[in-house]
Amino acid sequence: MPADRAPRRVRITGDGPILLEGPVEVDLPDGRRVVSERPVTALCVCGSSKRYPFCDTSHRRRVRAEPEEER
Amino acid sequence: MTTTSAAVRTSGPALPQARGPLSAAVLHALRGGGADAAALRGDVAAADPFGDDLQLALCACYELHYRGFAGVADDLEWDPDLLALRRDLERVFLAALRAAVAGGDDLAGEIDALLVEHVDAPGVSAHLRKHGELWQFREYIALRSIYHLKEADPQAWVIPRLEGEAKAALVTVEHDEYGAGRGDRMHAQLFADMMRELGLSDDYGHYLDVAPAAVLAEVNLMSLCGLHRSLRGALVGQFAVVELTSSPGSDRLVRAAKRLRCGPATEGFYAEHVEADAVHEQVVRHGIIAPLVAADPAMAADVVFGMQATAVLDERLSEHLLASWAAGRSALLRPLADGRAVPPV
Repeated sequence: MPADRAPRRVRITGDGPILLEGPVEVDLPDGRRVVSERPVTALCVCGSSKRYPFCDTSHRRRVRAEPEEER
Repeated sequence: MTTTSAAVRTSGPALPQARGPLSAAVLHALRGGGADAAALRGDVAAADPFGDDLQLALCACYELHYRGFAGVADDLEWDPDLLALRRDLERVFLAALRAAVAGGDDLAGEIDALLVEHVDAPGVSAHLRKHGELWQFREYIALRSIYHLKEADPQAWVIPRLEGEAKAALVTVEHDEYGAGRGDRMHAQLFADMMRELGLSDDYGHYLDVAPAAVLAEVNLMSLCGLHRSLRGALVGQFAVVELTSSPGSDRLVRAAKRLRCGPATEGFYAEHVEADAVHEQVVRHGIIAPLVAADPAMAADVVFGMQATAVLDERLSEHLLASWAAGRSALLRPLADGRAVPPV
């Protein structure tokens, strides 16, 4: 942590992503490094995101309006 | 007239065409002819609160607080006669919204309902993803430009009306909407880039004359709640609905844009909103709403009203778009005639 910075706040939402303050670089297990320059980054922890490691709200409960045939 | 400065916009959007007595009266006032709210009381009382005339009249009043119109004096923004007329129009609109919503103060219940993803539910983005045609997608973008070319502006008015953590969190989201310090990354700018890619005009206000009342009403609700401190809770509710529902809808529009081969700016605009609004959802819920209601529990009912009113207007717009397209008809007041993908004749 740079000396001129207060501790970075991390919020574990519990029902969704982990929120990180400030731009971040994320190192992934496959060696890739991805960057988010957002003021706040939502990091996927459920593993369902199609934009992993960033949250795309795929953790939400999904319901079908009516039992419908798959086509 | 109380105008003290001769400043008149020479550029900017042209005044729209009137759609009835109320909008004609507002446009007459914007041209410098003065407004007489008392003389219009009968027309106001007879107006359809969600109809074209009243919604365009309101929209034209509100535009004075944004960019104004070419040929219109800047100072008309605070003309007391025009403000009196605007107040009468707002009362009709607000009363109709209050009558159309269920009300209550079950904020947690309202939020939870928005966080459930209804697979295969009908809706504009679901239609565009699966079956939408390019001319329909272009119409959707032309109509959404009424808001997106001033994206985040109506919500900026609520900043001085909030305190502490709720204010800081709202500014965090707005900062992101405004490109986090980079003008070329502003969401309104990304929307303009998409419009040009789709062969649409990105001139501010270009499609106002072809935007039906259902489109104007959504933006008017934002302006109404943004400009009235008494409706700050409702503004937060409106903002919450957009930020909580945008990610899945934007993902469907990314797929629509890919299927229709719209191009990188179009895919990029909606892809940006999938990720950005997944963050914004969390900030709105935990950073804005939670501290706002903790500090003033009476705010819950106002936030709920804003959420429900937004849903009512969104439903009206969806019905209009889907019914028009299902009939093979343009959803605009007049079809686009720009030589690109257009509805069948």
